Amino acid sequence: MTRFVLRRIVQTLIVLLVMSFVIYSLIGLMPGDPIDIMIASNPNIAPDVAANLRKIYGLDQPLLLRYWHWLMSALSGDLGYSRTHSQPVLHMLLPALWQTCKLLVTSFILSVLLSFGLGILAARKPGGIVDGLISLAAFAGISVPVFWLALMMILVFAVELHWFPASGIATVGDGGLRDQVVHLVMPVTTLALATTGGFTRYVRASMIEVLRLDLVRTARAKGAGEMRVVMVHAFRNALIPVVTIMALSFGVLFNGALLTETMFAQPGMGKMIYDAILGNDFNLALSGLLFATLVTLLSNLAADLAYGWLDPRISLQ
Amino acid sequence: MSELIALDGISVHFPIGRGGLFAAPKRTLRAAENVSFAIAEGETLALVGESGSGKSTLGNVVAGLQIPTAGSLRFRGRPLDAAAWKDARRAIQIVFQDPFGALDPRMPVSAIIAEPLKIQGIATVAERRERAAELVGQVGLPRDALNRYPHEFSGGQRQRIAIARALAPSPQLIVADEPLSALDVSIQSQILNLMKEIQEEHSLSYLFISHDLAVVNHLVDRVAVLYLGRLVEIAARAEVFDTPSHPYTQALLHSVPRIGRKRPRGQTIKGEMPSPMAPPPGCVFHPRCPKAADVCRSEIPALLPAPGRPGQLAACHFRE
Amino acid sequence: MTAAAIDQGGTDAAVSPWQLRWRRFRRHRAGMASLIVLALLVLFALAAFPMQRFMGLDPNATDLFSRFDPPSASHWLGTDEAGRDTLIRLMVGGQISLLVGLLATGIGGIVGLIVGVCAGYFGGRLDALLMRFTDGMIALPLLPLLIVLGAIDLTKLGFSREFAHSGAAGFWRIIVIIAIVDWTAIARLVRAATLSIKERDYVRAARASGAGPVYVMAAHILPNVATPIIVAFTLTVGRVVLFESVLSFLGFGIVPPTPSWGNMLNNAQELITTAPALAVYPGLLIFVTVIAVNFLGDGLQHAFDPRSQK
Repeated sequence: MTRFVLRRIVQTLIVLLVMSFVIYSLIGLMPGDPIDIMIASNPNIAPDVAANLRKIYGLDQPLLLRYWHWLMSALSGDLGYSRTHSQPVLHMLLPALWQTCKLLVTSFILSVLLSFGLGILAARKPGGIVDGLISLAAFAGISVPVFWLALMMILVFAVELHWFPASGIATVGDGGLRDQVVHLVMPVTTLALATTGGFTRYVRASMIEVLRLDLVRTARAKGAGEMRVVMVHAFRNALIPVVTIMALSFGVLFNGALLTETMFAQPGMGKMIYDAILGNDFNLALSGLLFATLVTLLSNLAADLAYGWLDPRISLQ
Repeated sequence: MSELIALDGISVHFPIGRGGLFAAPKRTLRAAENVSFAIAEGETLALVGESGSGKSTLGNVVAGLQIPTAGSLRFRGRPLDAAAWKDARRAIQIVFQDPFGALDPRMPVSAIIAEPLKIQGIATVAERRERAAELVGQVGLPRDALNRYPHEFSGGQRQRIAIARALAPSPQLIVADEPLSALDVSIQSQILNLMKEIQEEHSLSYLFISHDLAVVNHLVDRVAVLYLGRLVEIAARAEVFDTPSHPYTQALLHSVPRIGRKRPRGQTIKGEMPSPMAPPPGCVFHPRCPKAADVCRSEIPALLPAPGRPGQLAACHFRE
Repeated sequence: MTAAAIDQGGTDAAVSPWQLRWRRFRRHRAGMASLIVLALLVLFALAAFPMQRFMGLDPNATDLFSRFDPPSASHWLGTDEAGRDTLIRLMVGGQISLLVGLLATGIGGIVGLIVGVCAGYFGGRLDALLMRFTDGMIALPLLPLLIVLGAIDLTKLGFSREFAHSGAAGFWRIIVIIAIVDWTAIARLVRAATLSIKERDYVRAARASGAGPVYVMAAHILPNVATPIIVAFTLTVGRVVLFESVLSFLGFGIVPPTPSWGNMLNNAQELITTAPALAVYPGLLIFVTVIAVNFLGDGLQHAFDPRSQK
């Protein structure tokens, strides 16, 4: 078992390292480099001065060498300076992550609860009317473009009905808990709706699978009440594969988070990365992307380990 | 009769266990160890043994599906190396145990039967179709089977199609890897008779792999008995059945029920076949052999003639 | 006996597997409905050609005096923020979005197919490499990666300035980046199928007759993975259309003035109070396309494998 854990951890680190190189190279291909930007703000810089500056910053060195320098400083805690926010990158990462977590965790919980409820409801009578409606809704959920869903939600709830604010995390002058929660409602609901569709289908399929099993028939034969059969026996068995799939989907949630944050102006990880890319803020973009990758990798690792622990075939290896 | 194919000291070892990206694998599975035998033209040799004895592995070696770890093959007197295999593949074909996995469900029967010809680039499309029609009749299937798909046929019928496919390139040797084991008993005899007819008509040789001695009795000329990848006895059918020389062969025969014969006592084999990854030292059969003595634990017995019967070879220090 | 006579010898020709499948598909109502819907969408997109010719509508013709016009005789769905006709832009945008969807799926799918078959058949180092690669790709947050890829400055890769900013470059760029990111899904599926088919006895029989890897792949493996691949390709189209729309929406995909359903929503958030209708149409079309594609995939899956539960 420990061999399994160690192997997975080593794999995760290797993937992270390789990805850091890949992302570093890709970021380098983005338009402009720091010297170009300096020239843009001061067009009088002579070409040889610019060339000198490039040398000083090490921008004329080959890719691998520059990457190595970056890696060394990153490992010692220096992730560079964010050009657009005038702060060290490290200071920006954690607050942004916290903001994203608020959004992600809330919508994840909401999504899980909804999908379990709907999935179980649908699985009780496969092919029935309730099942048909829920399946249709789930299908719609996975087919709808998230950003359009957000637009429609804004249109209906913010513009037409004025129930919720269309963006931001707090109103100017307020900032209390109730205000923050109100601002969270739209983004959380949008993100939750986008992911519930996929989860519901998994829950439904898993429950149907389990409800067919002999052990459930035995429980029914013993005379247990319908509700009890469903909740106690089937649910527990359906739980394992579903939970692992959901944990693995955490990375997918991140994509949705990026969109939702950008559209609802939530200053989280996703919006930070997006703005950094738009603004050619290399350091911030690079570190933000790597951080996001790390979080996804860690959640996959956690899911793998949990699954390995739960599945005796793997833990006895 | 001249020698068609010969195996000389064939061993097949499989490395087992993942040693990681850089380490060597840890254990070896010795599926076949130093096996030598030959099959003459028109002859049927049975390769008999329990599961795990290595008989399928040897069948794969003869059919060209498994490269031996050691030893060599001779075909028609000439060594069978990579270049020689190209021609040999026409002459050696194989029929498998499971009729349901042996035919590609997406292909119609006529294409299945003619496939060996297509692979080897023999004959035109029209000629191949004619050959398939011809073969379909030879194996006892109606002409309209040609346009149908495998799922429309029963197990026995599919095995006939598989046999027809093996006959397509006019081979000289067919490796039959337990061709009857997956069939119902009543169908078994039909297919067995079909194989006999075909053999007579085309002067074929068979390497007939089986775990069932009773079946073997009907078709074969000689019998080779395998235990844990080693050849323990090889002789003509009558000699093996009437006067088995090796204790393992004796035990196998005594477990075959035959009407009108009392089962002698005290001949059952003890224990289970050991794992091919950890064969016992000396004679591999010694842990289960009723005659085991000290010499059996230390010296590997050679395959030598039984006393008085030069054509019957057995690998036992106490051969009878 | 001639070949022709042999073929006609069969009295009742077998029903081929494909005919069986078509019959099963016809019974799946959602799948059939989706097929019709998608056909209508394609017709809608293609209708741009006659509309442009006979009604003289130009998707790029701006008219700043007619911004946000309501529907009228000359502009059936009104105009957008630059005075361009909304309807024709929706049609041309449809052409672009659907084309990107098909091309990216095709290219990514073929790459995935080849890699998957080779990894499954040959195993060994290639397989290990592929598995590490796909595991790595799954770990990446896709959307940020696509954005970075979309933001790449083509001049740094050696392309000329005019090419880098042309519409064609934008079109091909988004196809390439989606294909790069998406091929692993099909590769895994094909690899798994190849692994199981490789060991079947009919493949071994072919190898005993001397069949090489190319023959086995073409004659046995690909036809037997055809059905799950078709389903996978169909579902991929839906995924790809969504990717393209998101990227174009964020400004990293198809760049205006070329319309695409995604980029027509570019400014929709700011204009949501003045012209809400403009936010509805393009997104609705994307939604209908993707849901139809998904139902089609579901129907195909049901037709190919009736044992799968609905």
